[in-house]
Amino acid sequence: MTAELHEELTDPHADQLDHGAASSRPLKSRISEPQPRGAKIHGNRPVDQSEAANRFMAATEHEAMHDARLWDLRQKRDKEMHGIEEWEELRNLASGIKEHTLSKLDYYLELFEKNATANGIKVHWAKDGAENNAIVLEILRSRGVERLIKSKSMLTEECGFREFMAENNVEVIETDLGERIQQLDDEAPSHVVVPAVHKLRTDVASVFAKTIGSDPDNADAHYLTECQREATRPLILSAQAGMTGGNFVVAETGTFVVCTNEGNADLSANTPPLHIASIGIEKLIPGLDDLAVFIRLLSRSALGSPITQYTSHFRGPRKGSEMHVVLVDNGRSARLGMEKFWPGLKCIRCGACMNTCPVFRRSGGLSYGATYAGPIGLIIDPTFNVHKYRNLPYSSTMNGSCTNVCPVKINIHEQIADWRRTLAGEGEISPVKKVMMKAAGEVLASPVVYRASLPLGRSALRHLPHFMLYNKLNTWGRKRDIPETPKQTFNEWYRKNRKQQDEGKKS
Amino acid sequence: MKVGLFVPCYVDMFHPETGIATLELLERFGVSVEYPVDQTCCGQPMTNTGCEREAARTEELFVRNFEKYDYIVTPSGSCTNQVRNNMTAIEQSDAVKHVRSRTYELVEFLHDVLKVDAFPWAEFPHRVALHNNCNTLRNLRIASMTERREEPFSKPKALLKMVKGIEFADLTRPDECCGFGGTFSVFEEGVSAKMGQDKVTDQLKSGAEYVTSSDSSCMMHQEGCARRMGANLKYIHIAQILNGARA
Ligand code: SF4
Repeated sequence: MTAELHEELTDPHADQLDHGAASSRPLKSRISEPQPRGAKIHGNRPVDQSEAANRFMAATEHEAMHDARLWDLRQKRDKEMHGIEEWEELRNLASGIKEHTLSKLDYYLELFEKNATANGIKVHWAKDGAENNAIVLEILRSRGVERLIKSKSMLTEECGFREFMAENNVEVIETDLGERIQQLDDEAPSHVVVPAVHKLRTDVASVFAKTIGSDPDNADAHYLTECQREATRPLILSAQAGMTGGNFVVAETGTFVVCTNEGNADLSANTPPLHIASIGIEKLIPGLDDLAVFIRLLSRSALGSPITQYTSHFRGPRKGSEMHVVLVDNGRSARLGMEKFWPGLKCIRCGACMNTCPVFRRSGGLSYGATYAGPIGLIIDPTFNVHKYRNLPYSSTMNGSCTNVCPVKINIHEQIADWRRTLAGEGEISPVKKVMMKAAGEVLASPVVYRASLPLGRSALRHLPHFMLYNKLNTWGRKRDIPETPKQTFNEWYRKNRKQQDEGKKS
Repeated sequence: MKVGLFVPCYVDMFHPETGIATLELLERFGVSVEYPVDQTCCGQPMTNTGCEREAARTEELFVRNFEKYDYIVTPSGSCTNQVRNNMTAIEQSDAVKHVRSRTYELVEFLHDVLKVDAFPWAEFPHRVALHNNCNTLRNLRIASMTERREEPFSKPKALLKMVKGIEFADLTRPDECCGFGGTFSVFEEGVSAKMGQDKVTDQLKSGAEYVTSSDSSCMMHQEGCARRMGANLKYIHIAQILNGARA
C-alpha cells in the first residue's frame, strides 16, 4: 500500500471525486506550528508512548488535522463496507485463508519457490533483517549498483534497510511521495499506509525547502508535489536497481502482487533492469482466487476506495532484466509458535485499525517509537523486543473497535489484554503499575479494609479512594474534576434502609 | 427468582442514587433483590492491568458473595464483562461458572431476561444523548456497532423509547470510546482526558441536555471533563431514567 498526502487540494472540483484519499475533505491550515516529533528513544529503555502523545496533543493543529483526516478515512471505509452485502463473509473468508496458509506455511513457501523459479525469479531466504540486507547488498555490489529506487515497504523498515545501505554507500531514493517526505525529514513512517499523515502541508514545505530547495512559503500541495517530481525523476530514471515489497505472494502461480496508489512500485520495478522484492514470509496465499478476496478488502479497509489505483502482478523478469525475491523471516516463525500471538501474522497492513483507534488518532504514529504503531503495533512490537515495547500494550483503552474493522479478523483487543497478562507475568511491568495493583488487590480482597479505605473525610483530595491515587500524583484531577462524594455510600444507605428488611425476609 | 445486586465501587461511592434506582427498578418488576453488604469489586482494575494474580482474591470474594443467587445484576457493563468474560484468575469451579454465566448488566437483564415492555412510571421530557460503554457495546453486544455490517439494534434505546417525552440527540461519533478505559484513565491521563473532552464537545454539539449510559464509570470520566470545561451538560444513569427520575 502506498500513500497520498493529507494536504488540502486546491482544485475546486476535488470534491467531485468519489473515492480515495484525493477526495478527502480538504483541511485548511494556514498556521505553521512546529511539527511535534516522535517518542524519545534511549537504547533499550522502555518507550514512553504517553510522553510523546502528550507532546503531539500539545501541537493542537497537528492533532486536530490528524484526528480528522484519519476519522475521515474510517468513515469512507464504513461507506464502502455498507456497499458490500457480503462484507462480513469476506472478512471470514480472508481470515480463514490466512489461517489455512499460516498453518501450512512451509508447504506454500516451497511451492512458491518452485513456481517462481520456473518463472525465472531468483528466490532467496533470509532469517532476519541483517541477512536480508546482506543478500540485497551482495546482489547490488556484484552488479555495481550505486543507486537504488525503492517503493514503500514496512519490512524494509523492520530491517533498518535504509541506514544499512547508507553505511554501505548505496543511495536509496523512496518513490512513494509520503515515504520520500519522511526520508528527506529523516523520520520513520508514522502510519503503514499514509506515512506522512502526521505532517501539515507547512511541515512538508519546510522539509522540501531545506532538502530540495523549494519555496519555504509555498505550501500548495500541487506545487510541492511538482517540486518533488522535478527533483526525483532524474534520480529515478538513472537508478540501476529497483526495490519493492509485496502485499501478496501467490504460491500456485509463483508470482507476487504489489498494491499502490501512486504507481510507485511500478516505477521501482520497471525502470531499472534489476528488481528485488523483500517480502515477509507471512504474505503467502495459496492461489489467485484467494487474492480476489483480499483485493476487495484491502483498499476499502485502508482508504475507503474500492481498489488501489495500481494492483501490479509480477510474474517474472522482463527480457534482459533480473527479478529477485527475498523471503524474510525476521521473527515470524517464532511468532507463529506463540500460542496467543500468532494471529498477528494474518495482518495485511491496511492500517484500518490505526484509523479507527482513538488513541492513535490523538497520539500520532511516531509516539509509539516502533516500526509498527497503533493497535497492530501494540501486539507485534513486543515480539521484537519485549522490554523496550512493554508499555505499548497499555496505550489502549481496549475498546475493541480495531478488532471489528480488521479485514482479517485479528482479535487485536483480546491480544492487547493477553499481552498485559503476559508482561505482568514475566515481570515486564512498570513499578508504579505493580505497586498500585498489588495495593488494590489487597484492599479489594477484604470488605473491612476496603470500607476503611473509602474517603470518609470527604475533603477535596481524599475524594478518590487511596488505592486509585497510590501514585501520589493526582493524574485524575489534572484535566478532570473529581466527583463530589455524596452524604452516604450506597452501602451505608442499604444498611440503614434495607438491611433489616432482608434479615426479616430470611427469618 | 432471587437476584443479587452488585453495586460497583464507583457507584457505591459517588453515585448511590444509581444503586438505589437499580434496586427499586428491579423491585417494581416483582424481582426479589438482595445486596450482599460484604461486596467490594469485580477485580477489573487488576485484570485490566494484566495483574491476574493480584485479582484472584477479589474474584474469590465476589463469587462467595454471589454464588447463592439465580442472577447477579449490576448497573455496569464493564463489570459484567469482567465477570462474564475475564474472571479467569481463579479456578473455574461450578460456583465460579454459575456466577460468571448468571451475571447481567441491568439493561440486558431488563431487555433479555425480564423482557420488559413498559415503564409506565417513567417520563423524561428532555433531549438525551446515549453513551454506550465500549465493553457493553462490543463485548456484551448491547447494540450494533458502526464498524460492522449488521442490522442496527440498540437495547438501551429500545428501553428508553418506552419513556414518555424523551428525545434523542445524535452524536457525530456515536460509538467512539470516551477515553475512560479503566486504569487507562489514570496511567495514560493525557490521551484519556483529550478523548473525554472530544466526547463532551460532540455531546454539546448534539444539543443534548442530558447524557445517559448504562455505565457510571464512563460518565464519571465524561462528567469530570465536562465540569472542567465548563460545559452545561448533565449526566444521569439509565437506571434513574427508567425508574422514573424527573430530572
Ligand atoms: S491488524 Fe488488521 S486492521 Fe490492522 S493493519 Fe493489520 S489487517 Fe489492517
